[in-house]
This record gives sequence, C-alpha cells and structure tokens, in this order.
Amino acid sequence: MSISFDNALGIHEQALNVRVKRAEVLANNLANADTPGFKARDLDFKAVLNSKLNQPGEAAPMSVAKTNSKHLSTASASSESLLYRNPTQPSIDGNTVDTQQEMAAYMKNAMDYQASFQFLNGKFKSITNAIRGE
Amino acid sequence: MSLNRIFDIAGSAMSAQSMRLNTTASNIANADTASSSTDEVYRARKPVFASIQQSVMKTGFNTAFTDMPESQGVEVKGIVESDAPLDMRYQPDHPMANDDGYVMYPNVNVVEEMTDMLSASRSFQTNVDVMDAAKTMMQRILTLGQ
Repeated sequence: MSISFDNALGIHEQALNVRVKRAEVLANNLANADTPGFKARDLDFKAVLNSKLNQPGEAAPMSVAKTNSKHLSTASASSESLLYRNPTQPSIDGNTVDTQQEMAAYMKNAMDYQASFQFLNGKFKSITNAIRGE
Repeated sequence: MSLNRIFDIAGSAMSAQSMRLNTTASNIANADTASSSTDEVYRARKPVFASIQQSVMKTGFNTAFTDMPESQGVEVKGIVESDAPLDMRYQPDHPMANDDGYVMYPNVNVVEEMTDMLSASRSFQTNVDVMDAAKTMMQRILTLGQ
C-alpha cells in the first residue's frame, strides 16, 4: 500500500493556501485605505476552495480540456470569486475600504489559518505516529 | 509562499504613510513662514496615493490567480502643492512686507494638517498590525511537523 499525501492531508492543505491568498487580498485593502478611487476586494472562500479542489483530476463543470501545458485556461472560477465589496458608507473620493471591517476580516482569517494549520499539523502527527508504530 | 507578499504590501503602505507624515510635518513647520512675494511663499504639500498594479505578464499564466488585474500595495505617485488661496495680511511694519504693505503667509490649514497626521499615524499602526499577524502566521508554518 502506498501512502498518498494528498489523500492523507485532505482539504486542509488547499484551505491553508486559500487563507494565505485571502490574507494577501485583505492586506492590500488595508494598505490602500487612503488611496482615492480604490475599491475593496475580497475572495469568496467557498468558491475558490471548490475550484482548487476541482483542478487536479476531474475537470470542473463547463471547463475546457487542456491537452498542452501552454494552453490558457478559460475564465476560471478564481477570477470570478475575487469580488468587490459593497461599501457600507459612501466616500467622496470613491474609496470603498472600511478599515475596521477589513481589519476584523483579516484577523478572523488569521485565526482560521491557525485552525487549518492545527488540522494539518495533526494529520502530520498522525502519519508520524503511524510510521513509528508507537 | 505568498505570505512574503503581505510584508511587501504592508511595507509599501507604511512607507507611503510615513511620507504623508513627512509632508504634514513640513506643512506644520512652515505654517507661519512669511514671504514678500507670491512666488517664494511656501504652499501646503500633499502626497498623491495610487495602488500598484501587478503586471499580469510577469507572473505567467499557469497559476490560478494571475488572470485578473490585481493591485499589490500602495505607492506615492508624487507630491502636489495646494491651490488654495494664500493668506495675505496687511502688516506694513513687518520686515518682509512688500511695497503695498502686504505679507504672504502659506495656505497651510493647521487643523486639517493635524487631522491628516492622526489619520496617517492610525493607518501606519493598522499596517504594523497586519505585518505582525502575517509574521505570526509565518512562524506557525515553520513549526509544521514538530
């Protein structure tokens, strides 16, 4: 029997990657809190995670088959899931960043990252235990 | 690891905010600098912020996130001088007074500059917090499997 890391680690590895990507998008919102005309963005976590999980092996619904590594992908789910945030308060310079809201989302995302990390670490610990036979 | 990019993004914002603090300090310091002509008088300076657009071609097409224009941090496009009207005061006894007895004072609004300073320092703190959280995330990933 061969050990497949993909099967053993499950969803958590992909989830961690999406968490990092979301942290980047939110950090960018906070960095541009004073930029005129900047529109705050956010990831649809569920959609991105689904598109990441569908990528290897079976193709996502309505996707074009890629037979060569140089083929470009069609409009992928990831670009559609990077959405614009609905502003709660209009601003005269067109900026839609609400610093408090973004900071809360960023901190919650960091906590969720820690949770995903705990799960991933637990998986690795189980594998180590299995190998050692303790 | 794209956590590194959070450091770049927060760093660019901190640098932009410190430039904003610099111009604010300069404006407040020169708020009462008298001058005898409209050409020499100090005018309030303001930085212009713009988001840095990531070049799509640079990162290639093979990753899942490159097919949309996405900004990566903030930059200071330039520093512009305010067009607000100058403060002309009739002070014939002033050593800098011109032939008509007027002295030019800068168009610096000190109250506006103070609020700008507070806003810049709060934004700076926010970005320090962002960088700190990213650092914690990175330190955790280094302990994976231990």
